[in-house]
Amino acid sequence: MTGTIDPIVINITIFVLAIFVGYHVVWNVTPALHTPLMSVTNAISSVVMVGAILAAGSETSGYGSILGGIAVALVATNTFGGFMVTQRMLEMFKKKDRSVGRAPRSGPAE
Amino acid sequence: MSPNQTALLYLAASVLFILSLKGLSHPLSARRGNLFGMIGMAIAIITTLAMTSRVDIVLATMAIGALIGVVAARRVQMTNMPELVAAMHSLVGIAAVLIAAAVLDNPSAFGVGIPVPAGNKVELFIGAFVGAITFSGSVIAFGKLAGLGKYGRVFSSAPVTFTGQHVVNLALALAMFGFGFAFVTASPEAHWTPFLTMVAIAFLLGVLIIIPIGGADMPVVISMLNSYSGWAAAGIGFSLNHPMLIIAGSLVGSSGAILSYIMCRAMNRSFFSVILGGFGAEEGAAAGSTAQKAVRSGSADDVAFLLGNAEGVIIVPGYGLAVGRAQHAVKEMAEKLRAKGVTVRYAIHPVAGRMPGHMNVLLAEADVPYDQVVEMEDINSDFSSTDVAFVLGANDVVNPLASQPGSPIYGMPILDAYKARTVVVNKRSMASGYAGIDNPLFYMDRTMMVFGDAKKVVEDIVKALE
Repeated sequence: MTGTIDPIVINITIFVLAIFVGYHVVWNVTPALHTPLMSVTNAISSVVMVGAILAAGSETSGYGSILGGIAVALVATNTFGGFMVTQRMLEMFKKKDRSVGRAPRSGPAE
Repeated sequence: MSPNQTALLYLAASVLFILSLKGLSHPLSARRGNLFGMIGMAIAIITTLAMTSRVDIVLATMAIGALIGVVAARRVQMTNMPELVAAMHSLVGIAAVLIAAAVLDNPSAFGVGIPVPAGNKVELFIGAFVGAITFSGSVIAFGKLAGLGKYGRVFSSAPVTFTGQHVVNLALALAMFGFGFAFVTASPEAHWTPFLTMVAIAFLLGVLIIIPIGGADMPVVISMLNSYSGWAAAGIGFSLNHPMLIIAGSLVGSSGAILSYIMCRAMNRSFFSVILGGFGAEEGAAAGSTAQKAVRSGSADDVAFLLGNAEGVIIVPGYGLAVGRAQHAVKEMAEKLRAKGVTVRYAIHPVAGRMPGHMNVLLAEADVPYDQVVEMEDINSDFSSTDVAFVLGANDVVNPLASQPGSPIYGMPILDAYKARTVVVNKRSMASGYAGIDNPLFYMDRTMMVFGDAKKVVEDIVKALE
């Protein structure tokens, strides 16, 4: 075997490993946190902004940079809104956590 | 910055994204998780900005989106969270499409070879079509959630089906791949036509995939679109040879896939049957014939009397609670009852509401203490020893027909509200639930129906309790 590894193979390696990490990290999520999890993943997927920034900020302007600029504006809504709304939701959960000390599998209350 | 430094900073951001999801899986670490996510995102954006030559323009456009996002995040009512999430998915989808087009227009800005190599084109094709489906599918989901049915039938919360639907979808999907293939093999001068045609078909496909799925399957749809938005990001990451985008995209993709699986399991339906949609369309006729059966209906005063004299009460919230924005009134009612020495708890079905965790967020907004909110498997055995089960705007998730072979919802795990000594059900009318099937719970001798808007009814109960 000679020659260099094609970048696609490296990318697939990263891709497969990341799916495994995602699976193991999220599998045991508490049902109460399903909505915040969704809004935070929403914010994280807005990391495609990186691609949009490269297009919008490139030296050669043209359709590509305009499209990139639109994409930056659109997806920045997610980046900022996503993390903020997650924060807001988690604040609501927090108030109770502090007062009762968390009991995930609580039996009859009182 | 050298490329090595940049790559290491992106690695740091990737690790922070993993820690963010890890944190979000547990209540105690959730806020820290969100913080990790923000730091990771800041590192990713600043590192990228350092590589561009026109930071000012980028920051200006970013500020527009940031402003909208911040206002939306602060203003949104918790009852409208599903709509917000759907809107956000659509933005990631359309951004992926725009970025793919930008790469085609100016590959050098991304360090992609000129002309764009066929391998990258395959990845661009995947990123663009997944993004396009995510976009138009999320727009339809948003319309269904926001009740825009009056503006067009595609936004109707009822399933929209037509004959040959699956054949049409299949044909379109094949056409999309055909144009995708044409795009990959075309010369740089000729690749725009197949690319744009392929994207247009993907937009149409996104609409057609979501319209046959009805309102109560929305938790699955939202998680699925959440997953798609991640895969779209990963696709873009592949075409740009960008490990961080691949990692972040796959994390989101697998997280959304897990949520979809959890939601499907909670309905005992296969992912495939949800996606193929049209559930309940053929059962609609059967529901009408049984609507004549006698129910025992009561007033808010009657319910207040029942609840006030109970020892234990379990409240089963459903979508009706969200529609009526009744969570604060419910919390007030629960406080009143607790003051009288009544044990009040809330039973949450995983698919109650319109998105995963919808009820938990609503109750959290109303300051309902965490230890009173109990998941289905932890509370089901307690219904038989409970005086009153108060079903608020839920229907299919408490339908005992789920245990009857042959029923359309057979096998779906339900909250055993029917086992309670008395069952009180609040509904707006006798209309059948989303599944289009009748609910025997409503006709039991031990059941009292209270018709009306959830908030109004609960407020009347609160008054009667005083």
